[in-house]
Amino acid sequence: MSTTTTDRVATSTAGPGPSAPAGRARRSRAGVHHLAGWLFSTPFLVLFATFMAMPILATLAMSFTDFGLRNVTDPFSAEFTGFENYTRLFEDEKFLAALFNTAYFVAAGVPLTIGLGLVVAVLLNSGIDRMRTFFRVGFYAPVVTSIVAVAVVWRFVLDPGDGLIAGLAAEVGLTSPDFLGSEALAMPSLIVMAVWRNLGTVMVLCIAGLQAIPTEVREASRLDGAGAWQEFRRITVPLLRPTLLYATVITTIGYLNVFEEPFVMTQGGPSDSTLTVSLDMYREGFSYFHMGYASAMAYVLFVVIMGITVLQLRLLKDNTK
Amino acid sequence: MTTARPGKSRHNRALPLVLLSAGLVVMAAPFVWMGLASFKTAPELSASPPVWIPTEWTLENFSELLDKLDMPLYFLNSVIVATLVTVGNLLFCSMLGYALAKLNFAGRSQIFALVLGALMVPGNLMLLPLFVLMSRMQLLDTHAGLVLPFAAGAFGVFLMRQFMLSVPDEMLEAARIDGAGEWFIFWRIVMPLVKPALATLAILTFLQSWNNFVWPLIATNDPDKYTLPVALATFATDPNQADGSNGVLMAGSFLVVLPVLLVFAVLQRYFTQGFATAGLK
Repeated sequence: MSTTTTDRVATSTAGPGPSAPAGRARRSRAGVHHLAGWLFSTPFLVLFATFMAMPILATLAMSFTDFGLRNVTDPFSAEFTGFENYTRLFEDEKFLAALFNTAYFVAAGVPLTIGLGLVVAVLLNSGIDRMRTFFRVGFYAPVVTSIVAVAVVWRFVLDPGDGLIAGLAAEVGLTSPDFLGSEALAMPSLIVMAVWRNLGTVMVLCIAGLQAIPTEVREASRLDGAGAWQEFRRITVPLLRPTLLYATVITTIGYLNVFEEPFVMTQGGPSDSTLTVSLDMYREGFSYFHMGYASAMAYVLFVVIMGITVLQLRLLKDNTK
Repeated sequence: MTTARPGKSRHNRALPLVLLSAGLVVMAAPFVWMGLASFKTAPELSASPPVWIPTEWTLENFSELLDKLDMPLYFLNSVIVATLVTVGNLLFCSMLGYALAKLNFAGRSQIFALVLGALMVPGNLMLLPLFVLMSRMQLLDTHAGLVLPFAAGAFGVFLMRQFMLSVPDEMLEAARIDGAGEWFIFWRIVMPLVKPALATLAILTFLQSWNNFVWPLIATNDPDKYTLPVALATFATDPNQADGSNGVLMAGSFLVVLPVLLVFAVLQRYFTQGFATAGLK
């Protein structure tokens, strides 16, 4: 991407030069648009500075204070407490549980989402022509729907009394477990729902990536006697690596921020088994107004997200060389 | 390619089709369940073993929903907020996208780096100070408070820049030689050329705003300012409503999800192509 950028810049600045050597001075001045450039940038930059850059720095500042409800009306009277919020965080059993739960959600959810998304994309790419759009729409549909609405629906689907799963179980003479009421099953249930909702994103990315693999490569491997599995392992997956890397990074970032699913379906329960970092932060910040403390949580999560993203980019990228 | 050995290729084609069909049943099941449950009577909703297809289709869940929740108002709030967010993104992101793609000015690469960095920042990082800021600006419980933080997203800038790079420079140079100003070039020449990108950005932004939950949840206290997801979630998590409200909740989810699914089915090309292009370019 960066190479194409510089190429474009190079041609656009070099363009007018050789074509009109006589008017060079005038042209090169005309090729620079400082004022227009900044005027076109201003609306975005103002909104960005006010609603993103400043709040990001303010969160950091707040995380070193005892910012509470009274400071909402009087922000600058919050007292500086150094690293106290951070040291307290790592002794806070609730937060540690939330960290663990979030890690669980990511560690199980991301591979399942990527794996299933990839499998669906490969199946869709295996010579189905007529039904292709139909299937693609079907698998992508959950992505476009409101997580809140979908979570409300899934809560009912998983209801042990009159839900869809309970109904299917009753048809074959079994009883459904209380998925969302069980400490062991609540988190796996949320993970299954997240996989269901997000695999369409991975599928769409993989379809685009698969179409970029030249057919000659596949045909050559078939001539050499590769079976479907070998073709998948040795051709498809390695050549899709950049796509899978991108899909993994965005899925991981999304899952680390998981909030709506536990908020609607379990409220973090039973006994905090589905409490995630974002939900814990929301409660500390907006239910109890421990805003300084919640800011420290936000930064811990941010650092974790940045760390994991950088790690993924390193690990997965080096393998391609 | 497939004509050589028809027997084998037919076999190869059947297996993916079977697997995909099975997958699709799982994908569709919650939606179908939601749709059917919305039209069931109370006894059929709680029947065990369940009644799969309602024997008696009823609208009582919807009328109860409208009694309990002011759905038209929440619908209107969602539409107003999503429309303003979309207009803001179309205009501001295109402007910066144009500057980044086609104008040579000091600071351009720094601004582009800023945009790329902003793409990676999780939204949760800003929530706490944003709440304080909006409270100080008296913008809590207003549409402006829900719109402003999302009125110019980094994703939109990135998308528009990528598309505007492909507008030929010669065309812009010709207009400049004819004395056209930068705003004229942007509005009259470049914008019409990137209409497909604008359509993609409009759809993605509207959808994102329509489904947005965390910020509207925080920034609204007054039920009259709730957006659809906030109203639905508040009702769904209200302990006083917990019992016997599944029919109402399914009707509510049905009304939130259905318009989006219909629009998606019609415009699916824009969704999937736009998403894949923006992601991979």
